[in-house]
Amino acid sequence: MKREEQISRNLDWVTVLIYILCVVAGWLNIYAAIYNPEHPIWIFDDGFFDTNSGKQLIWIGTTVLLIIAILVIDHRFYDTFAFPIYGFFLFMLLAVLVVGTEVKGSHSWFRIGSFQLQPAEFSKMATCLALAKYLSTPLTNLSRFKDQLNVAIIIAIPPILILASNETGVALVFASFLILLYREGLPGMYPAIFLAVVTLFILSLIFEEWQIYIGLAVVSALVVWAMPRYERKTKNILAILGVAFCMGLFVTGVDWAINNVLKEHQRNRIRVLVDPDFDRKKTGYNVRQAKIAIGSGGLLGKGYLQGTQTKFDFVPEQSTDFIFCTVGEEFGFAGSLTVVGLFIGLMLRLIYLADRQKSRFARVYGYGVVSIIFFHFLVNIGMTIGLMPVIGIPLPFFSYGGSSLWSFSILLFIFLKLDAHRSQMLSRW
Amino acid sequence: MDEIRKRFIQGFIILIAILYIGRLFYLQVIDETYKLDAQNNAIRKIVQVPFRGLIYDRNKKLIVYNTPVYDLYITPKKAHVQDTLKFCRLFDITRSEFDSLTHLARIYSPVRPSLFLRQLSKEEYARVQDAMVDYPGFSFQISSLRTYQSKGMANALGYVGEISPERLLKEQEKGNEYYRQGDYVGVTGLERFYEDELRGQRGEKYVMVNSRGVEKGPFKNGEFDREPVAGKNLISSVDIALQDFADSLMQHKVGSVVAIEPSSGEILAMVSAPTYDPSKLSGRTFSKYFQTLNLDPLHPLINRPPSAYYRPGSTFKLIQALIGLQLGVISPSTGFGHAGVPMKCHCGGTSSSIQLGIKNSCNPYFYNVFKRIIYNNKEQNLFKKSAVGLQRWNDMASKFGIGQELGIDLPNETKGKLPSVEYYDKVYKGPLRWKFSNIYSVGIGEGEIVINPLKMANVAAIIANRGWYVRPHLVKGINEAGNIDNKYKEHISVGIDRRHFEPVIEGMVGAVNAGTVAAEARLSDIQICGKTGTSQNKHGQDHAIFIAFAPRENPKIAIAVFIENAGFGGTHSAPIASLCIEKYLKGKVERKAMETRWMNKSYLANVLSAKSASAKPNKEVKATVEKDSTIEDYQLRNLKEELFKLDQANKPKAPIFKIPMQPQAVLPKNQKIVPKKTH
Ligand SMILES: [Zn+2]
Repeated sequence: MKREEQISRNLDWVTVLIYILCVVAGWLNIYAAIYNPEHPIWIFDDGFFDTNSGKQLIWIGTTVLLIIAILVIDHRFYDTFAFPIYGFFLFMLLAVLVVGTEVKGSHSWFRIGSFQLQPAEFSKMATCLALAKYLSTPLTNLSRFKDQLNVAIIIAIPPILILASNETGVALVFASFLILLYREGLPGMYPAIFLAVVTLFILSLIFEEWQIYIGLAVVSALVVWAMPRYERKTKNILAILGVAFCMGLFVTGVDWAINNVLKEHQRNRIRVLVDPDFDRKKTGYNVRQAKIAIGSGGLLGKGYLQGTQTKFDFVPEQSTDFIFCTVGEEFGFAGSLTVVGLFIGLMLRLIYLADRQKSRFARVYGYGVVSIIFFHFLVNIGMTIGLMPVIGIPLPFFSYGGSSLWSFSILLFIFLKLDAHRSQMLSRW
Repeated sequence: MDEIRKRFIQGFIILIAILYIGRLFYLQVIDETYKLDAQNNAIRKIVQVPFRGLIYDRNKKLIVYNTPVYDLYITPKKAHVQDTLKFCRLFDITRSEFDSLTHLARIYSPVRPSLFLRQLSKEEYARVQDAMVDYPGFSFQISSLRTYQSKGMANALGYVGEISPERLLKEQEKGNEYYRQGDYVGVTGLERFYEDELRGQRGEKYVMVNSRGVEKGPFKNGEFDREPVAGKNLISSVDIALQDFADSLMQHKVGSVVAIEPSSGEILAMVSAPTYDPSKLSGRTFSKYFQTLNLDPLHPLINRPPSAYYRPGSTFKLIQALIGLQLGVISPSTGFGHAGVPMKCHCGGTSSSIQLGIKNSCNPYFYNVFKRIIYNNKEQNLFKKSAVGLQRWNDMASKFGIGQELGIDLPNETKGKLPSVEYYDKVYKGPLRWKFSNIYSVGIGEGEIVINPLKMANVAAIIANRGWYVRPHLVKGINEAGNIDNKYKEHISVGIDRRHFEPVIEGMVGAVNAGTVAAEARLSDIQICGKTGTSQNKHGQDHAIFIAFAPRENPKIAIAVFIENAGFGGTHSAPIASLCIEKYLKGKVERKAMETRWMNKSYLANVLSAKSASAKPNKEVKATVEKDSTIEDYQLRNLKEELFKLDQANKPKAPIFKIPMQPQAVLPKNQKIVPKKTH
């Protein structure tokens, strides 16, 4: 009794409120996304629980139970069992390759009755715990190569297994841990290189190879020219030329990889990003329809259940990966702004919470939660408005799907549980 | 350090958020194109074709109406034809037609219905209906087919057809945005002239569709829908009984019959022979039948009464006499002999009055009349005299409508030709280089004078009215009688005093009762006043012309009958005119034997031999006849348009229609005429 009171007093209700708003808004939008004006199904109608919105309601109900369980379990459990949990999900990722079911080309699902679970979704949380555990051991230092290597191994194993089950989208999420690592002292060079690589990658899609070579040459020349005289030593100039050369090599590699390594549909997804009108009928169709749905929403939207693009199924996968289109069409710019605002509020709140942790474990974990949510937010909304390639990852708390809702809720509430007990946790740092 | 990194991460997140919000603001608030795209996606306009107006004859008999027919649609994704051969046999199409139709439909949309076969009749529909259970994915939609009660009026009524790309472009250039590809429009005849009245206003219905093209109810509760407005009905001035009778008399002949009620200018009958079956031009048989008609050497698609070219021959002498009398260059009792006239005549000597001149159709008499018309003026020089005289004559003859458009309510009316001073100056390469002796053949309706049958029927009406006419017209009311343009009510004077008509009419009576007209053309109880004409043409027999009105007092009907290559007008055209007059004035024909004989009489052999003789190009013809199109420039589809349609099909619009493959229409050549040189 006493403990429960304590939890309800210490729980960060701001985050919980944002969470509830997201889940409720998400469910309303899922209902709209599958809404058929000729056969509107309400909660009490037969067959409601066969629809995505009906099933999602079940997922929400079970999520509440999960949350209660998380809050009831001793806060030290997560710290103590971080590695076993990580290990358990690595095992699950292996197991799914053997006994899993294939859904839409991805061999990453466990089927239990009519419900499906995707261990890959949960492995994000497990990795986050493992990272927090590793980094909270005394004397770890991310500027040391040994620690960098270990961290890299912890992060890299799950996505490799996930890639094996052909679920590229989820695997990419693990790149988001760079944010966490940067916060925890990884030299700034790494995220800088990462950003440079991504930038060069996109440039190499847009421009021809030789144009980038010329650009690199010009930029290097400018850098050398702008250097103060005393810095202009042979060594530095050579270093710059070396960097430029590596970049050129990278661009060539990208072109080669795109043409020789990627499969046709993957190549198209990337191409659609830089050339949205390419291949309207096939790959471009999703992006185009998504943009039409959102763009036609206007300032205030067409009204709930009034979106023609939504009602009449113009956007594929609308209750899952393209749920944001429903928001955009039926609630307009006001709705989009609200949803973006909710996520920004959530992420900034979580950063604030993470920074007030006394234990490094909780702080690292908190930043891990922010990293994962940020990556999903960045890619999911970005792809619906044509700023990101179409990568099939859900919008946290909004998208239809039990695995997604469960895993994000667990991810978030473990942190809230840790936060609620921050005063009891010893700083091991 | 930590603080800086924390700020950096926060900054990064906020930066992305701002970028996204900016992008969303652009997509949702600034860029309007997506709203349009969304409409194109989810809202489909369904055009509701209005009911085209009906056409009645002057006695309220229905002559043109709409019959329900059935269009067959295919939804390729649902369509499943197990036995294609059986299906093809059922619908009377070939295997390759079947393949290309299904292919086109699939290109248009696999899930939306496309038109597969057009206009199956009620009988055909009944025949195939039971078999349709074996063919899922096919459905029928009711539409309407223009139906013509009478075969005899095909050319005057015209027909409707899918709008040609050229017409579409022309209408759009005129600022008319009404028409769309695939619309049906009046192509010729009254259907074309009264297109705006007949067509009505198409309705529009906006429905929402899902991503698979399935309808999902009205858009905004039908706020933007518009009900179709049915077209207006026309009340034609034609007496369909007379029309059909005249048409049956014109069997096996090439030519025209035009009958006008003189007091109103209302056209009672307008026959163009040979005619065609208009119902075959409105249905699925269109392309095949059009091609046959178009290649027919007798040009059944030309509406001869307002469009064909002939020379008036002797019928023109009536105008000459009236002009002479009005000018005072002759009096009713002026007589002329044959002496010194370079023209043959069989009248047997001297015509001592205008009445006899007309009765005998004496060429030398009218040679002299024309000479006086030309030369009786104050100029001294013969060349100057000729120019002044011709100009005066031209002004007066123009008032009869010669060389002018009468303004009938039909497309493609030809002006014909009335030689003017400028014309002869051009022919003789300079002013004052020609005189009467160069142009006298015009005086007897030969040479460079060109008319059409409608004009000559109108001349008969002018004489019947003793000096005025109402523009001939085929429609006496839109929705109700009398509701027509005022230009069809106005009395137009020809500038000849009433008193000058009696001697001329006396001559016409003489011609019928004891002159150039065959005896059988007389009616015992009704006085017909008529004038024969024989229109020369270089190839083959002369064209037989007869114009008349009856009765003499208070005339009820004026008529012109033209029969190509039949010979002498009094012998070959007058009996037909006489039968028509009897039919109209008495309501029935008592001379049954004569009727049968004339129905069976054929001049086609003459016509065909004349056609082959005229096949070689003739330079003189080109110099004389202005190039006028005599038939709707009906441009037909070729492969290019088919591709264009396919292109259009990608847009959510009207379904693809069966595209008739037709060759380029060959424009029929104008009636050949040759200027007569002096003997
Ligand atoms: Zn004579």
